[in-house]
Amino acid sequence: MYAFEFHRPSSVADAIAALKAASDGKLMAGGQTLIPTLKQRLAQPSDVIDLGGIKELHGIRQDGNSLVIGAMAKHGEVAGSDLVKSVIPGLHELAGLIGDPQVRNRGTIGGSLANSDPAADYPAAVLALNATIKTDRRSIAADDYFTGLFQTALADDELITAISFPRPEACGYAKFRNPASRYAIVGVMVARTGGGVRVAVTGAGPCAFRLPDFERALAGSFSADALAGLSVSPSGLNSDMHASAEYRAHLVRVMAQRAVKAVR
Amino acid sequence: MAKVSMTVNGQNVTRDVEPRTLLVEFLRQHLDLTGTHVGCDTSQCGACVVHLDGRSVKACTMLAVQCEGAKVMTIEGLAQNGELHPMQAAFREHHGLQCGFCTPGMIMSAIDLVQHNPSPSEDEIRHWLEGNLCRCTGYHNIVKAIKAGAASMGG
Ligand SMILES: Cc1cc2nc3c(=O)[nH]c(=O)nc-3n(C[C@H](O)[C@H](O)[C@H](O)COP(=O)(O)OP(=O)(O)OC[C@H]3O[C@@H](n4cnc5c(N)ncnc54)[C@H](O)[C@@H]3O)c2cc1C
Ligand code: FES
Ligand code: FES
Repeated sequence: MYAFEFHRPSSVADAIAALKAASDGKLMAGGQTLIPTLKQRLAQPSDVIDLGGIKELHGIRQDGNSLVIGAMAKHGEVAGSDLVKSVIPGLHELAGLIGDPQVRNRGTIGGSLANSDPAADYPAAVLALNATIKTDRRSIAADDYFTGLFQTALADDELITAISFPRPEACGYAKFRNPASRYAIVGVMVARTGGGVRVAVTGAGPCAFRLPDFERALAGSFSADALAGLSVSPSGLNSDMHASAEYRAHLVRVMAQRAVKAVR
Repeated sequence: MAKVSMTVNGQNVTRDVEPRTLLVEFLRQHLDLTGTHVGCDTSQCGACVVHLDGRSVKACTMLAVQCEGAKVMTIEGLAQNGELHPMQAAFREHHGLQCGFCTPGMIMSAIDLVQHNPSPSEDEIRHWLEGNLCRCTGYHNIVKAIKAGAASMGG
């Protein structure tokens, strides 16, 4: 790991100020992606700004018909929250499938979304549930947020403060996981929302994406059988030592059908 | 250099460290607490698991400076007055180890489980150990030891 200066601000304003003052600053949430990246010398920030001391980024609360999860909420907190379980059970379940207990005790929803790993779980939930990403300066709709491989709509010096999930009528998540890393080879969330059925996929492409033809089929008949005749083109999907693009394309339909069956 | 203060196994410690010092390096090299092991150094194996404010974390994937003001517990902090912690005793009794390399992480992880789920089922124990790898035992006796350890912890 290269050397860096370390800062532990206690407010979002101070974190942004530290980021702006640094020649090449990097925010750190739980460090579950950033520390391995620094160890491999894949990044060499001049300054690391730890978000762990900022109270306003913590906590999970209900706001009207939405669940608002602070950026620094750990996966283990979401997976252990009775509030999340009662408002959006599918999200509660998804959080418990991330990594292992120790990763869940440190990794955060804000870090996961800022990173936008193609195999991360939360992106599927954010897209399927039509969540809003709240930052220090604006609100970003889920449909505008994921822009490419490890790419998002965030500006370089923008900080996620919270994610707001409108309560769906019901949703379900199915994940085909890599048995070693536990990341999603393919994960699909299906949600029945006030704005219609939404189906979002993670693991298969460069970033999370929706499946409009699956959504139309489920709007016609909300059942796993309604997806039986559909297929996904492997073109543009990820292909690596874990799974070919063709296999991932196949898994997308299988996981979507399982997600429909898991809907609660 | 940065100054960091935390509680380790009940004792206050303050040291000057480089910000890039990992928690596991801090424990092993600055405090000579070598019970916490480094197996992979890539966040996979769980040999380095310690408790941070009562929850299990991978000490190879944390910076010491992130622990400012926190309570850290390592395998060395478990035994009281020369008596092994019930989970340690259960690992010995049930042959939950062979070479012992993974054992400190297994025990710290198991205690976190039992503190939040006093009588875990075999299935829950196996799922919980997803972040702890053992090259020797095949896990069966580790699972038995954790079940027994949970029972003697009062679960
Ligand atoms: C062994 C292992 C297994 C894993 N398995 C899974 C899995 O199955 N599924 C899954 O989804 N994930 C998995 N992960 C990743 C995990 O979910 C982490 O949460 C994720 O890597 C992000 O880590 P973090 O929250 O600690 O953020 P960090 O590592 O601290 O930060 C990640 C990036 O986000 C930026 N950032 C952090 N917070 C903010 C913010 N509030 N605003 C703006 N930018 C920010 C940082 O600058 C950095 O670039 C795994 C990780 C490990 C080590
Ligand atoms: S040494 Fe930390 S997880 Fe392997
Ligand atoms: S006892 Fe040898 S690695 Fe587990």
